[in-house]
Amino acid sequence: MKNRIRKATRHVNQNEGLIFEKSSSGKAAWKLPPLDVPEVDASKLLGSAERKDLGSMPEVSEIEIIRHFTRLSTWNYAIDLGMYPLGSCTMKYNPRVNEAVARVEGIANGHPYQPEKISQGALNILKTLSECLIDITGMDAITMQPAAGAHGEMTGLLMVRAYHQSQGNARKKILIPDSAHGTNPATAAMVNYAVENLKSDARGMVDIGALEAQMSEDVAALMLTNPNTLGVFEQDIHKIADILHAKGGLLYMDGANMNALVGKVRPGDFGVDVMHLNLHKTFSTPHGGGGPGSGPVAIKKILEPFLPTPVVVTKDDGTLGFDYNRPHSVGRVRAYYGNFGMFVRALAYIQANGPEGLRQTTEDAVLNANYIRKGLEGAYDLPYSTATMHEVVFSDKLQAKKGVRTMDIAKRLIDYGFHPYTTAFPLIVPGALMIEPTESESKEEMDLFIDAMKSIAEEVEEDPQTVLDAPHSTRVSRLDETAAARKPILRWKPSV
Amino acid sequence: MRYLPKSPADREAMLKTIGLGSVDELFAPIPAEYRLSRDLKVPRQMAESEIVDYFRQRSRENGEGYTSFLGAGAYAHYRPVIIDSLISRGEFLTAYTPYQAEISQGTLQSIFEFQTMICELTGMEVANASMYDGSTAAAEGVMMAVRLTGRRSVVVARSLHPEYREVLATYATHQGMPLSVAGFGENGRLNLKELEKSITPETACVLIQSPNFFGTIEDVAAIAEVAHKHGAMLVVSIAEAVSLGIVEPPREADVIAMEAQSFGVPLGFGGPYCGVIATREKYVRQMPGRLVGQTVDKQGRRGFVLTLATREQHIRREKATSNICTNQALVALMVNIFMTVYGKVGLKELARQNLAKAAYTAEQFAKHGKVLFAGAPRFNEFVVQTKEDPHAINSRLLRHKIVGGLPLNKFYPELRNAALWCCTELTTRNSIDAAVRLVADRDASAPSTKEEAGVEEVAR
Repeated sequence: MKNRIRKATRHVNQNEGLIFEKSSSGKAAWKLPPLDVPEVDASKLLGSAERKDLGSMPEVSEIEIIRHFTRLSTWNYAIDLGMYPLGSCTMKYNPRVNEAVARVEGIANGHPYQPEKISQGALNILKTLSECLIDITGMDAITMQPAAGAHGEMTGLLMVRAYHQSQGNARKKILIPDSAHGTNPATAAMVNYAVENLKSDARGMVDIGALEAQMSEDVAALMLTNPNTLGVFEQDIHKIADILHAKGGLLYMDGANMNALVGKVRPGDFGVDVMHLNLHKTFSTPHGGGGPGSGPVAIKKILEPFLPTPVVVTKDDGTLGFDYNRPHSVGRVRAYYGNFGMFVRALAYIQANGPEGLRQTTEDAVLNANYIRKGLEGAYDLPYSTATMHEVVFSDKLQAKKGVRTMDIAKRLIDYGFHPYTTAFPLIVPGALMIEPTESESKEEMDLFIDAMKSIAEEVEEDPQTVLDAPHSTRVSRLDETAAARKPILRWKPSV
Repeated sequence: MRYLPKSPADREAMLKTIGLGSVDELFAPIPAEYRLSRDLKVPRQMAESEIVDYFRQRSRENGEGYTSFLGAGAYAHYRPVIIDSLISRGEFLTAYTPYQAEISQGTLQSIFEFQTMICELTGMEVANASMYDGSTAAAEGVMMAVRLTGRRSVVVARSLHPEYREVLATYATHQGMPLSVAGFGENGRLNLKELEKSITPETACVLIQSPNFFGTIEDVAAIAEVAHKHGAMLVVSIAEAVSLGIVEPPREADVIAMEAQSFGVPLGFGGPYCGVIATREKYVRQMPGRLVGQTVDKQGRRGFVLTLATREQHIRREKATSNICTNQALVALMVNIFMTVYGKVGLKELARQNLAKAAYTAEQFAKHGKVLFAGAPRFNEFVVQTKEDPHAINSRLLRHKIVGGLPLNKFYPELRNAALWCCTELTTRNSIDAAVRLVADRDASAPSTKEEAGVEEVAR
């Protein structure tokens, strides 16, 4: 193996089987206090509903559980280990004070149905965060209920539909640029709108001519990511909004890329009517291996009657409470009030930053992406030369000549001690390498990354097989995904 | 700013490398008229100590130190300490969805174990890696049945969590899925005659909850028989996962939509929680959400990958089974650790204690008033009907730092003056006795100093 790998060194890590393979009868990691009420006869109370056996649930001790999960954890890459440049995912530092305050007793143990009188702390957090996010987005109102970005999209489109219905016509379709996230069309389908694709122009932006041609009174909304998935700010955003609004359509903004905008420009000021935020991207709540997220939806005044119930209000006596009496609401999108624990973390993040910190964060995120672009230009093909905001998209065009594709380069990057960038997305760039460093990377870390990427580009020229066979340094080599899908093994079974 | 790892000199050097004179030039693509020229109206930058103080203060305003008898889909169970120790490891906490399998085996294997244990507990063959919560899992479970049967209408039990019903109504509105509701009988169980009447040849599925919203365990086999006779599927929602330790799982169901919050997830004022869908293997391709499968690497070593992704939005776009992307992975890990800690024997003992506490409490209440829905088994919740408005009772209890059962008049006005009470292994006999006494003592005026001191003792 070539030795330009500077960031990572191989070291021993522990093998570990499945927890079921460590189980044996009589081991236990639990202890309940003595029962202070009379024992019951379960078979008498439950009759035929009584369960006798829990099958092959494990029986293990506490130390084994600690070692089990600790060993598993060491097989993961994480932001805490280094740069995690997944485009569109905004893998930024997850501050630890967020975790600490989310575990304070009254916050962690508050029951969603406890009386409002003793829920003022939680309501206050909800209200304060809502106000911050409303100012950050430049919108008029917000719902915190959606559990993730895609759930926010659904909530937003439900409000769009309700708005159009209130105007007498729900309309039929949603326009979605060909560069959009897969959740956008999937969401439109869930709200029973037809999806119509909108082409990008040579700059990688919405093709204004195409939009004008496709816009009609059948179009309920355009779902636009801005900056888009190429990391390009839609410079004609005002024209886009005008074209939509002229025919009564609404502008939905997917806020996945809000990390490029916070404190510098507000979607509400450039014509957006409804948008979702991802607290697990822009506002530093941890991704946790795939959630929990949180997808608040911010809206303009015209959509306010349609907000999901309940809504936090200040009551006559000055205390906070929930308003359930909202006749035009689209209804609930989940039980209770949303992923409250994520609100706590997002608010702690905003407090740690303040206005100047949020602005500096955005500036650093954009600076980092541009620094990487500059560093990798020439080594990789840049399909769109338009100015970069918070992420940059290259293609594998140069490497493809040697039979090396974006996924191969990504896998090789693992050997260099980095998590891969996002591969093969957006769809408008064949063989895309989508890189989003976020503000959390130092110059040193990015120099290492640039160096690694350049080194891989050289390897492709000199020794493509090394790249094609990567990763070489991981516990497992490339896994057989085809076999996994053809004959799915989705659970462990005891050997007979 | 303490999270930003750059000095002013670094920034200068980077700008110079890029060939720019100032940061402003980076934002040149944004039309000048839209650029924000003022500070955001957010709190000023705070020190870590100030942030901690702020949230401690909010915590004190948020029911800290109260004893609670609330359940209704959100349950206070003990959370073993090692849950937080383990999920706080940065390799779990700060990792993304495990698309890059070679450096995500930790997350992938833990999800595989999670899927296995959920299958084991629910009696199903496959389980996904999580949904947002129990309510959205129920709605997605119903949509799955709609796709599988090619039928569109749905019969929903009135004894399903009212907020789950509301969520389903929201999801169903624009899917052209007519909903009808089947009521409950004297024993709190789904009224089978009403169910028979509600099912039509267009019914895709029947959605029930067991134990239901009142804590009553449904006769799942009988309901399944009715549903299946008419070619409809049965979707069963389970909101109190701990019940699975001692209550037969709804094996006759076609889809189980679960809320696993009870398994080690903090109440957290309603979220984040952990929905799960479990079903039969033959239905897996219509299942929403992520699935982890076992496979081998090039050298034949066991490994795990996300699989059957052709169901999902990033591949199928508008033809996906759901738009779900980010789900509740870290919460599923809490659930996973909890299930591992209690395991085969502990879960049963834990459930038995819940059963005993609720049985004892219901018995005490029955001495003074009416416990509804006798005649069917229940788990750890039950409905108490009083002469007095439960809100008035709860105000009285609150003065003693006790949060009484959930008044049901908002959700079930037909059950006059009823409240839903919940006991778990954490509910002490002292607090039960205190609460029962205060509920019965309807004429009690404000407690005397002596009494108050006594009750505070109890409530601590």
